[in-house]
Amino acid sequence: MIRLRGIERIFRVGEEEVHALRSVDLDITAGEYLSIMGPSGSGKSTLLNLIGLLDRPNAGRYELDERDVTGLTDDEQARVRREKIGFVFQFFHLVPRLTAAQNIELPMVLAGVDPAERRERLRKLLAEYALEARARHRPDQLSGGQCQRVAIARAMSMRPAVILADEPTGNLDRHTGQEVMAVLERVHHDGGTVLLVTHDPEIGGRAQRTLRMIDGAIVSDQKADAGGNGGT
Amino acid sequence: MSPADFAGFTFTSLTSHRLRTSLTALGIAVGIAAVILLTSIGEGLHRFVIAEFTQFGTNLVTVTPGRITTHGASLGAVNTVRPLSIDDALALTRVRYVQVTDPMVQGNAEVVYAGKSRRVTLYGTGADFSRALSMRVASGEFLPHDDPRAARALAVLGSKVAKELFGGENPLGARLRIGGERYRIVGVMESKGQILGFDLDDTVFIPVGRALDMFNRESLMEIHVLYEPTAPLAEVEAGIKRVMVARHGAEDFTVTPQQKMLEVFGTVLNALTFAVAAIGAISLVVGGVGILTILTIAVAERTSEIGLLRAIGATQRAILLLFLGEAALLAAVGGAAGLAMGWGIAGALKLVLPALPVHTPWHYAVLAEVVAVGVGLAAGVLPARRAARLDPLEALRSE
Ligand SMILES: Nc1ncnc2c1ncn2[C@@H]1O[C@H](COP(=O)(O)OP(=O)(O)OP(=O)(O)O)[C@@H](O)[C@H]1O
Ligand SMILES: [Mg+2]
Repeated sequence: MIRLRGIERIFRVGEEEVHALRSVDLDITAGEYLSIMGPSGSGKSTLLNLIGLLDRPNAGRYELDERDVTGLTDDEQARVRREKIGFVFQFFHLVPRLTAAQNIELPMVLAGVDPAERRERLRKLLAEYALEARARHRPDQLSGGQCQRVAIARAMSMRPAVILADEPTGNLDRHTGQEVMAVLERVHHDGGTVLLVTHDPEIGGRAQRTLRMIDGAIVSDQKADAGGNGGT
Repeated sequence: MSPADFAGFTFTSLTSHRLRTSLTALGIAVGIAAVILLTSIGEGLHRFVIAEFTQFGTNLVTVTPGRITTHGASLGAVNTVRPLSIDDALALTRVRYVQVTDPMVQGNAEVVYAGKSRRVTLYGTGADFSRALSMRVASGEFLPHDDPRAARALAVLGSKVAKELFGGENPLGARLRIGGERYRIVGVMESKGQILGFDLDDTVFIPVGRALDMFNRESLMEIHVLYEPTAPLAEVEAGIKRVMVARHGAEDFTVTPQQKMLEVFGTVLNALTFAVAAIGAISLVVGGVGILTILTIAVAERTSEIGLLRAIGATQRAILLLFLGEAALLAAVGGAAGLAMGWGIAGALKLVLPALPVHTPWHYAVLAEVVAVGVGLAAGVLPARRAARLDPLEALRSE
């Protein structure tokens, strides 16, 4: 479903060049649960952003669902993001003046999903992520874990092909982090594709498949036995 | 994004900063109110002046002695100008489409009745003066159709003169002295009020031939020519000129149609209204700058939100429209408030100063609202473009 070939990403900061991704090749099939680990600055976020079409590689080829999306225009990228990609961020990125329900609805509103359909999906999402009691609350009235559940529900609202989560537990205490991970794992169990960047070995280890990155390159790609605890 | 959702989203972002939104809208409101108020006064003045002139009728042409060149200087003083005579006026009745002509001379004279005396504006006119200028007689009759060269000594009083000299008494049939001669009163005019500073009621009308003698003048001051309302003005004008040139041997007179005067007044007054509106527009510009400022701040504050919207699939265009929408909505709300303010103040002015002509045509209101939204959009373009062009990743990172 996702196929990267020879991806290079180079940032130019003044005179210096930062090689954030070096000849990255990667294949991800639908329904996979994949964690990306590695030291700070190793290019994990850069890789996720490229897959999420928020960034473009300097070289290489990216295919999403058998379609070459490397050279899309800004508008085409936006459309693909809208339809195929769900983001979950470390800092939740909820719109502060909107209620939880409105935040969850936002991608459907932008995509112009029919209101009746939207209401139905919203109802299901609120139920699924145990947010019914909080639907009318604004983000500043929610706990961190609830905020992240709202963010995940939002990411799921357009039924994307892949969920990209960049350190989704990075801003949460251990216990809440576990809760959020349980939610993400349920997305995976329901057939969703999940890419997760994390620093926490325990969390990363729970994934089916783990990538290790160092200095912009993928140095190991380990698959654990189905659904089990993959080693390092 | 459906229009309803679009409106809802812009609405919540405006209402999440109530004070800021109200103050910015107030800026636009003041501008719109100023424009509405000033143009209302301009338009009121316009209507007032036009009404003053059209009460004499618009199918009227005035012939005056001497020719006014395109430079505005009268050649009359230099060249030989034949006096405008009563016979000229009679001759003009033969021109096609002409209904009535009336010779006129005007001056000041002393009227005396029963020991009371009063200085009045004396009009020497023909019998058709009241008809030509659409003036009405309150009691009795206007001057009769006497032979203009040997008219009887009859007079018609303006309403004010009648009141001052006769009080409650009926002046009809009474005799009074005008410039030393005795006249019998045959009519009293309806009150016409003041027109551009002239009191048309402090007047006395006598036959034109007698007035010329009294003032010791040869020439009339004006001949009023009333033509059929549906007649082509150009033909009427040409006919008048033809007859007059035939009689005078040269064009030593000026023909001024009331309609042309109205056009000139209209142009001048429109320019005035426009100038006044432009002054009001300055405050509107200030309001626009307010929107620009507040929206620039909003874009800076909401950078991470913009990043999020882009990440979940909003195009640059969608972001641009969202912020333009906010600017337009802000301005529209301000504009509506300004309209209400402007109207309110105009209405209050009317109550306090009834003499001040104030008029707000409804299409001004529509125009003002359109202008307000236009100002909002113009002010919103820069910040909205900045928002749309933000790099999604950088925007997401800002927090
Ligand atoms: N916009 C940018 N401009 C310049 N350099 C950048 C930019 N984004 C990333 N980099 C550089 O690219 C490298 C990879 O960054 P990236 O954010 O992918 O690291 P990361 O693995 O996500 O690190 P962390 O675990 O700290 O989040 C880093 O050296 C970083 O400084
Ligand atoms: Mg990172």
